[in-house]
Amino acid sequence: MKKSPFHFLTYVLVIGAYAALQVLQARGGLSSSLRGMLVPICAYVVMAVSLNLTVGVLGELSLGHAGFMSVGAFLGTSTAIALQDAVPVPAVRLTIALIVAALFAAIAGFLIGIPVLRLNGDYLAIVTLAFGEIIKAIFNNLYLGVDGKGVHISLLEDTTRTAETGRLIIQGPMGIGGIQKISTFTAGFILIMISLIVIFNLVNSRAGRAIMAIRDNHIAAQSVGVNIIKYKMMAFVTSAALAGSAGALFAMNYSTVVANKFDFNTSILILVFVVLGGLGNMLGSIIAAAVLTILPEALRPIAEYRMLLYAVLLIVMMLTANHPFVRAFFNRFRQTGRLRLEADGDEEREAV
Amino acid sequence: MSKEPVLKAENLNVYYGSIHAIKGVSFEVYEGEIVTLIGANGAGKSTTLNTVSGILRSRTGSVTFLGENLRRVPCHKIVARGLALVPEGRRIFLQMTVEENLEMGAFTQSPAGIAQDLEQVYALFPRLRERRKQIGGTLSGGEQQMLAMGRALMSHPKLLMLDEPSMGLAPILVEQIFQIIRNLHGAGSTILLVEQNAQAALSIANRGYVLETGKVVTTGAGQELLASPEIKKAYLGG
Ligand SMILES: Nc1ncnc2c1ncn2[C@@H]1O[C@H](COP(=O)(O)OP(=O)(O)OP(=O)(O)O)[C@@H](O)[C@H]1O
Ligand SMILES: [Mg+2]
Repeated sequence: MKKSPFHFLTYVLVIGAYAALQVLQARGGLSSSLRGMLVPICAYVVMAVSLNLTVGVLGELSLGHAGFMSVGAFLGTSTAIALQDAVPVPAVRLTIALIVAALFAAIAGFLIGIPVLRLNGDYLAIVTLAFGEIIKAIFNNLYLGVDGKGVHISLLEDTTRTAETGRLIIQGPMGIGGIQKISTFTAGFILIMISLIVIFNLVNSRAGRAIMAIRDNHIAAQSVGVNIIKYKMMAFVTSAALAGSAGALFAMNYSTVVANKFDFNTSILILVFVVLGGLGNMLGSIIAAAVLTILPEALRPIAEYRMLLYAVLLIVMMLTANHPFVRAFFNRFRQTGRLRLEADGDEEREAV
Repeated sequence: MSKEPVLKAENLNVYYGSIHAIKGVSFEVYEGEIVTLIGANGAGKSTTLNTVSGILRSRTGSVTFLGENLRRVPCHKIVARGLALVPEGRRIFLQMTVEENLEMGAFTQSPAGIAQDLEQVYALFPRLRERRKQIGGTLSGGEQQMLAMGRALMSHPKLLMLDEPSMGLAPILVEQIFQIIRNLHGAGSTILLVEQNAQAALSIANRGYVLETGKVVTTGAGQELLASPEIKKAYLGG
């Protein structure tokens, strides 16, 4: 399978957008509200491209992507707080936190994947939906403290008995407070680039071909000797890990983080980015995530109707995308691309 | 036939939940043979093939391939052992081109030999060469069946299992597909062929097994079965 020229274009546009925004920011050309949104946009972009790996490339529906974001947000941020004195350089601390966040989210993805990815059908959608809710319930009731004696954990009530010298980091429904805002736009940009490199390399590899073969026809994939569970797991765990680091990046842009921020609505919002941007189309996901994160800010007067607007947009997209006229229109593009190549060949032959 | 069989299935019992689909089926395939499993809808032919290729598991008995018991061999490793299944219903990769489909067939092979293997498959199926760049989903039914067979051949099978290759094809295409099977056989391939088209299958097979509701009811040489009055009555329409 050939490398898509789309991949290259995606890198170029992301780097270009980053550079342009940096220049604008330096010249004071960004409003303060937009400046505040740069990191969340990066986090949502990573969420969208990582979910697109599961939904678009692997072809499995996940309705709990915010659950992985939550795991990453809480455990990554806790790590950063615990290391506050040991690792004074913020960039290094952030890097460690993002890696820890990715690891824990990957483990969560792996644990979910073991039972579910063996099955064919819509089980993953159901289980991830439940996973998102369970994670929310857990972090709403979790108390985690760190002191000289180590890590203390309790559920429902704070019985951690964290020493005065230590710190109670996760405080049940109050979440984590007093976070140092160490996430930066540059860190977000780097995380987007790493996500793209990981995803595009996976898609272009032998493993990527196996993953897409499973999406296309899992019986055929099985019959050519593809280890279905392994490659499904590879895509799903990668997707979860990236979402985990996006969660940590997101959380450390604010002074507090609570579990309710990563709920079903957030999962659906990210799914909307993916569907609007196009299944398997990473550039589309990036644009959809960025535009739909900025848009509500721009449309603040009608913010209450945001979810309604998305629902309507989705329905309109589905209807038009399946409309014979629209299909014929896009097919014509595709075919003319191919036909033109062949026609060129013919002309050359005639010229000779 | 003193030699060891390439494939030996012994006392297979396969269940779908509480449904007992295969009841004590045993059969062998020797090197260079075409062996056919025939039977009506729901007799258990596909279930048998899927059990041999590791997609389903038997509760009892064993599947021995080239002297190795496959009980503990996972499904995806069985292809690499040299056992290829062309599944029922032309399961091709609809969104991939013909050539990409064939390349997927070599998934368990080292990439070095792929170009040469492609040439061999194209020599066998000239139609596929013409359609190399065409998307699988836009091929005709017969072409899709050829593609599924060509894809299986890309894995250098020592035993090729075909599940109803003639299903839903016009008579002329059925004839073509059977001609290809004969050619493969002539070139030394060992083939296990599942068919509802008993007439065609028995006339090219060395031996046949007749399945009825999960049991082998008759077995014998292809010509012998073809001539048997009972088989004629039950499967050959007269
Ligand atoms: N996934 C399944 N779940 C439950 N029962 C099944 C399943 N697949 C097959 N069966 C049952 O097992 C029996 C054997 O089915 P099988 O598909 O092996 O038949 P077959 O001989 O290949 O038939 P056909 O010629 O129609 O392909 C049938 O009674 C069928 O209903
Ligand atoms: Mg069948």
